[in-house]
Amino acid sequence: MKFAVVAFPGSSCDDYLYVLKEVLKQEAASISHRDTSLQDAQCVILPGGSSYGDYLRPGALASLSPIMDKVREFAKEGGLVLGIGNGFQILLETGLLPGAMLPNSSLRFVCRQQTLKVENANTPFTGCYAQGQIIQMPIAHGQGNYYLDPASLKKLQENNQIVFRYTDEAGNATEEANPNGSVDNIAGIINQGGNVLGMMPHPERSCEAALGSTGGLGLFQSAIEFLAERVKA
Amino acid sequence: MLTPQEIKEKQAWRSMGLKDQEYERICEFLGRLPNYTELGMYSVLWSEHCSYKHSRHLFKLFPTKGERVLIGPGENAGAIDIGDGLAIVMKVESHNHPSAIEPYQGAATGVGGILRDIFTMGARPIASLNSLRFGDPRDENVRRLVRGAVAGIGDYGNATGVPTVGGEISFADCYRGNCLVNAMSVGLVRHELLTRATASGVGNPVMVVGSTTGRDGIHGATFASAEFSEEDEGELPIVQAGDPFTEKLLIEACLELIESGVVVGIQDMGAAGLTSSSAEMASKAGSGIEMDLTVVPQRDEGMSSYEIMLSESQERMLVVPKAGAEDQVKAIFEKWGLHAVVVGRVTDDGMLRVFHHGEVAAEVPAKSLSTDGAPSYVPEAKRPEYLDELWSFDFNQLEDLKQEEIQDAFWKLLASPNIVSRRWIWEQFDQHAQLRTLVGPGSDAAVLRLPGTKRGIALTVDCNGRYCYQNPRVGAAQAVAEAARNIYASGGKPIAITDGLNLGNPEKPEIYWQLKETVQGIAEACEALGTPVTGGNVSLYNETDGEAIYPTPIIGMLGLLEDAEKHATIGFKNKGDLILLVGENKDELSGSEFLTVQHGLVAGPGPELDLELEKRNGEFCRSLIEKGLVSSCHDISDGGLAIALAECAMAGKLGARVKLYCPERRDSLLFGESQARYVVSLPEENYDALRGLAEKQGVSISLLGRVEGEEFTVELGEEKVISTRVSEMLDLWSSGLERLLGEE
Repeated sequence: MKFAVVAFPGSSCDDYLYVLKEVLKQEAASISHRDTSLQDAQCVILPGGSSYGDYLRPGALASLSPIMDKVREFAKEGGLVLGIGNGFQILLETGLLPGAMLPNSSLRFVCRQQTLKVENANTPFTGCYAQGQIIQMPIAHGQGNYYLDPASLKKLQENNQIVFRYTDEAGNATEEANPNGSVDNIAGIINQGGNVLGMMPHPERSCEAALGSTGGLGLFQSAIEFLAERVKA
Repeated sequence: MLTPQEIKEKQAWRSMGLKDQEYERICEFLGRLPNYTELGMYSVLWSEHCSYKHSRHLFKLFPTKGERVLIGPGENAGAIDIGDGLAIVMKVESHNHPSAIEPYQGAATGVGGILRDIFTMGARPIASLNSLRFGDPRDENVRRLVRGAVAGIGDYGNATGVPTVGGEISFADCYRGNCLVNAMSVGLVRHELLTRATASGVGNPVMVVGSTTGRDGIHGATFASAEFSEEDEGELPIVQAGDPFTEKLLIEACLELIESGVVVGIQDMGAAGLTSSSAEMASKAGSGIEMDLTVVPQRDEGMSSYEIMLSESQERMLVVPKAGAEDQVKAIFEKWGLHAVVVGRVTDDGMLRVFHHGEVAAEVPAKSLSTDGAPSYVPEAKRPEYLDELWSFDFNQLEDLKQEEIQDAFWKLLASPNIVSRRWIWEQFDQHAQLRTLVGPGSDAAVLRLPGTKRGIALTVDCNGRYCYQNPRVGAAQAVAEAARNIYASGGKPIAITDGLNLGNPEKPEIYWQLKETVQGIAEACEALGTPVTGGNVSLYNETDGEAIYPTPIIGMLGLLEDAEKHATIGFKNKGDLILLVGENKDELSGSEFLTVQHGLVAGPGPELDLELEKRNGEFCRSLIEKGLVSSCHDISDGGLAIALAECAMAGKLGARVKLYCPERRDSLLFGESQARYVVSLPEENYDALRGLAEKQGVSISLLGRVEGEEFTVELGEEKVISTRVSEMLDLWSSGLERLLGEE
């Protein structure tokens, strides 16, 4: 199996399985949060949705699921892990990525098409984008206000770990272009090893023009190409 | 708890909302005095909310049959065939009273309740819509209600993974004390999985599944069937609390259970909880049910039989599976971390018999609780006198706008509460979950694709309460017509409706007259437009200190697109496209938003309605979209032609240059709300084809102008009366609602 989508209670696996199987013609299946094996997955996706109803803190309860021990091991060994929306929150709660999520600065849920800038096109998830490319993708979250202390943020910036920023159409990371108050307009980050990506925008909702944008297509295509290269090597 | 004799002596039924003759009716049914638990059960099920006792005799006027109707009114929701073995299940429900007290939980549990009505039928909820009414958004309490209700709808829907794809909101002073929160939910199901709420098969087990039962929401249905007074604003405990996470699990568990094929009947526990679900299921099957309350999973200690039977704790279902399948049911619910407990069985004696701690706590004929036994009243009807005053208004006394006043009037209207963008609201809703949303909020109707078929559906909810106040019958028909216009303008063919009737106290003759007229108006329009009524909801007693709301019949409509890709949106698409008016201006101002905003007036009988014309013009627009002749299509409603043009421009971020000829009044030409009209834009090369079709179908069209870059100008004769830029309009309009609500 190429892609494994982890099914936590309350998460939206079906959208990911649809895109991977029907749109991208990839081998993909869901794995229960109760499972203790990732089988032979080459890329693990922690999906969006509201695992455990976002109770306590979004992602906090899901991060304690039995499967997450395996995800941690898999990440440590260099396996590709992609956390989207709630999946990003789970990665933060698990400690696989640094920082924490606060409620949106507006204190309201926000759902809209959002402009993003690809800040690092040199990752397994962004190889198909051009460096600095401006893309559109929907966001839909109540707690996407990414926070990191200034010292760690500096490290993140220096290591080129910021992958996506919220920007305007000209690519400027302005305050008006920031939908949730995230520090440094951060929309997505990658770990130091370059194999664990977390992002609030929803690429799975952005793979077909009929749904309003195709900015997310490059993300999955990048991962598919990266995995194909890895198999060859 | 009072003894039966004490109940009689103290006339305890009165405090539960029962009338003296209703108590007598209960005694007759039982052949003895009811005990406290039994009295409570009757009082909730015989409330207006559950029994529709002042309204249900009117529903026979509704057209409910049609070749596409698989299940009509009477079940949890209606089901409509959309081809390819698929059906759409849909329903509107109100949560007005709880939302007025605690808007967040009131609105949230409204969404939860209507979702359960959908998946109880075996359908997966794929979309929600909502229809909201509040007082002046500048009022501090109204702001609190709007904030709470919108967040409640959003949080519940978002967490359950069901997208909110459309809705409407309007503001008028009559809703200040009685806000309206109506939620509509839409589900998708294969025909063979459609499931009903029936308890048949003697000996089959009866199971309570889902959440635990607590003391919340006791007597919610009774409370929803009474008027408000000022003191009620502290009534917290009757409002239930929602748990969308449990709902999400319940959706998955129930759909898996229904798919497994062991379900005989299933019913959600909404208003009146265990009492209504058991009585309705038994009554429908002509059977009885025996239950032991002692084994019902409870979250509070020491609950009495009265409390358990009347609790409105959320996220619970009553399931009757085939005998022998109990363990299978339990296994499915345990997998999702939910309770599933056998509490009783189906019997053949027609009695609802309830045991608690080894004793009979209640024993009543199931049918006597249901609408079979509930009283039905035909109140006195009287045409309200205010209508004469409204209708006698002489529009000639109203001075027309001068040329130079038009621009200001346009700005004022564009920034008014009922016309500014609703973006602030819909951005709080997840519109894209489940990946079906081709057109979300902000256009005329939502359009959803249905993977596995080429077909798509269009969805809308509509009502203009002011039109209904000015003429309840025509106004109600207009609500249906407006919904149809939104469907047509999106490329769909209207095929069915669900309705939510929100009115005042039906025991007042003027209100009952409004109710009767409303039902007749809906019936006439549905008959004419070929959209059967598949179910709905009634919320009466929307009054505060004796003042009723406008009659507000919310119409939720389903449209079908043979090819989902062939839909239209309202925004202009290409610079240079021609702009055309479909339909005719009738030089009328009555009922218009302009009249209220500019002159502070509600006057006249409302705009005229011609249902034949609605159908002809609507079908014409739909066929233009299907043939791919037009780039955009938008119906003309609040604010008239000028506002419709501005909306097309702002949605497409393209300007327009429009030239109008003004034979009569300037104000009615620009801002009047004549019905059956649309603005379409199209490439010039399609014009001849369109004109040919219009002639053939007898549809009136007129050329208005062209789509431009950034400039937006309207000329009357030779003079520019509106001249602005799209960005300037957007600045005012797109964040207008948060400005009005003080949320900037």
